[in-house]
Amino acid sequence: MLKIEDLHVSIKDREILKGVNLEVKAGEVHAIMGPNGTGKSTLASAIAGKSGYEVTQGNIWFKGKNLLDLSIEDRAREGVFIGFQYPVEIPGVSIANFMRTALNEVRKYRGLDPLNGAQFLKLMAEKQKVVELTDKLSTRSVNEGFSGGEKKRNEIFQMALLDPYLAVLDETDSGLDIDALRIVANGINHLRGADKSIIVITHYQRLLDYIVPDVVHVLFDGKIVMSGPKELALELEKRGYDWIKEEYEQGKL
Amino acid sequence: MRAFTQFVQQLYGANQSQYPDGGQAGIREMRENALALFLQKELPDKHIQGWQQSVLNKKARTDYVQKLQPDPYRPLAEYFQCRVQDLHPTVLPVSNGWFISENQTVNVDEQGVITGSLFAAIRQYPDLVLQLLAHPNLEKENGLVALNEALFNDGVFVYIPDNVKVEVPMQIVSLMNTADPLLVNNRHLIVLGNNAELSVIQCDDSIQKESTFSNNVSEIYLGENAHLHYYKTENKDAASMLLHHVFVHQKSYATFTSTAITFNAGYVCNSFHVNLNEPMAEAKLYGLYLVDKEQVCDNHIFINHAAPDCKSYQLYKGIMDDEASANFHGHILVAPDSQRTAAFQTNKNLLLTDKAHVTTKPFLEIYADDVQCSHGATVGQLDEEALYYLRTRGIGEAAANRLLMFAFANEIVQNVAIEALRDRLGNMVQHRLHGELNVCAQCMLNNNIVFPISLEE
Ligand SMILES: Nc1ncnc2c1ncn2[C@@H]1O[C@H](COP(=O)(O)OP(=O)(O)OP(=O)(O)O)[C@@H](O)[C@H]1O
Ligand SMILES: [Mg+2]
Repeated sequence: MLKIEDLHVSIKDREILKGVNLEVKAGEVHAIMGPNGTGKSTLASAIAGKSGYEVTQGNIWFKGKNLLDLSIEDRAREGVFIGFQYPVEIPGVSIANFMRTALNEVRKYRGLDPLNGAQFLKLMAEKQKVVELTDKLSTRSVNEGFSGGEKKRNEIFQMALLDPYLAVLDETDSGLDIDALRIVANGINHLRGADKSIIVITHYQRLLDYIVPDVVHVLFDGKIVMSGPKELALELEKRGYDWIKEEYEQGKL
Repeated sequence: MRAFTQFVQQLYGANQSQYPDGGQAGIREMRENALALFLQKELPDKHIQGWQQSVLNKKARTDYVQKLQPDPYRPLAEYFQCRVQDLHPTVLPVSNGWFISENQTVNVDEQGVITGSLFAAIRQYPDLVLQLLAHPNLEKENGLVALNEALFNDGVFVYIPDNVKVEVPMQIVSLMNTADPLLVNNRHLIVLGNNAELSVIQCDDSIQKESTFSNNVSEIYLGENAHLHYYKTENKDAASMLLHHVFVHQKSYATFTSTAITFNAGYVCNSFHVNLNEPMAEAKLYGLYLVDKEQVCDNHIFINHAAPDCKSYQLYKGIMDDEASANFHGHILVAPDSQRTAAFQTNKNLLLTDKAHVTTKPFLEIYADDVQCSHGATVGQLDEEALYYLRTRGIGEAAANRLLMFAFANEIVQNVAIEALRDRLGNMVQHRLHGELNVCAQCMLNNNIVFPISLEE
């Protein structure tokens, strides 16, 4: 599904990612952990194609295509979804109008007929249920005045509607109360399937109780320095990152 | 004397015997005085506050002609049809500067509502009309108002008696449909008695390529607790100049709400001069201008807080593409005794290119001390982060741009209280942002005009 090869990314001439290698197969869930500022969100942005994130070396293969050759919107249309750590507020654009436009653009790209108003509303109601999003929220402008938790839930709602092949969820679990965490985890599990891949970027083990990952990676200093089974997340939670830092600095990783 | 001024002097000399006077000597006198004033003031130029950037003098030609009488009568249905769904207004048509009616008399309905040609009204109700017709303090205004008062041909007269709430909106439609370079000075007079209520939709459309110059004045008198909802839109060709000066005179508890949307035109100048003359009066002015190519749109607003306890609110937004330019000049005057005034002004602009241009100037003149007043202006581009976010959901760049522009513009459209009109204007804004709308596709004129698009699709 996704194969990242020796990815180097610079922002304003400062190298942030220094050779990331990562392969995620169809049906797998991977977790990426690591200290603040080590490049996790940068990796997500590079996959999305954000301008200013200059890829100086490497490739991002997705279903046989190099994402680096595609525009931001075409990556999404191919089936890549990024759940943002800090979703943007867009006053004046209703969630319904936004998502209908998005879904129909994706459908057009794939040679499918657009959904009419009624079809879309039906689908929207269905997906709203998945993330227990109230009508009160869905009729509002995108993220405008949403609480931190509401924004994250809205990200999962959009993911559910767009039904991507690959979802990269950047700290979708931060700022959620216990119920919201369960709802968001449900939404993510709902997407899971043999032809889907999920990458969750997180600082906490608790999300991984709900969404059991196949592999856990540690991103440090712009590289993936350690990968292991789900137990690695527990160990990181217990021991922190100092030992990784030490081993990395001693050249052991 | 500038060339245009000289031209007006000659035009007046040649045409004056044919200008209508409704049988009233007072009107001749009014014209004479106004002409003298215009010759002295001329068109406003860079020396006049708010007109520093104006293209008016550059664009005004010296070969205009005036239509001195109405075209032969034809039934309205043959001539004009506005097919905005579910909006069934009382249409007050003006063609080439003249009110269209079969018998040149005004219409009086069972509630006493009077509508019709201004000159018919002058003939039938000289006492009522004449006292309100001449602009009070003409010498205080710029030369354009004097120009109108000297040369005006006809216009619409509307009178709503006390306590009458008119349910059906009135639509004043001004059409320009001629091969001549027309100079039109319409004079509209709208009078609402105490506790009266009315919605007016004013549409200016032209369908010809010839250069025209419309310089219209509307005088609006609102009695105590009268409420006027005023909508103004235009869709003119690039060769036209359309200036409209709206003067509002409000008594206590009267409210004036306007939404002015500019879609298209060579040069559009919308000016609102609101006099809050008695306590508790309120004015809300919304405006939207969407200009591209080399179009120019000027907005002049003057809110005169002449009495205590009045409120005014302005929200104007504009999108400038290509080499278009716009000018927002918002003047709020709070007189020394106008305590407890609340006056707010906001102007927001989006520039889509490096060559697009906007000048925004708030001008607050406050002489009272117990006043709540604020103003804010922004000039910017579309929000890059928002664009990125939309694109990561699969929305292409152009569509994402449009979504954000529509969101920006829709804040104004949402203030339209008539649902059918709000939907139609929203739709027109959307098409305008697609670069599709050249003329109001809902207007149907009889001249074998083929509209390039259909909004139904
Ligand atoms: N737009 C930007 N401009 C300049 N520097 C940036 C930008 N985006 C990220 N960086 C820098 O890149 C580095 C990695 O940032 P990134 O957001 O990827 O970290 P992260 O691993 O996601 O951290 P966190 O756990 O705090 O979310 C940081 O030093 C950050 O300051
Ligand atoms: Mg991050």
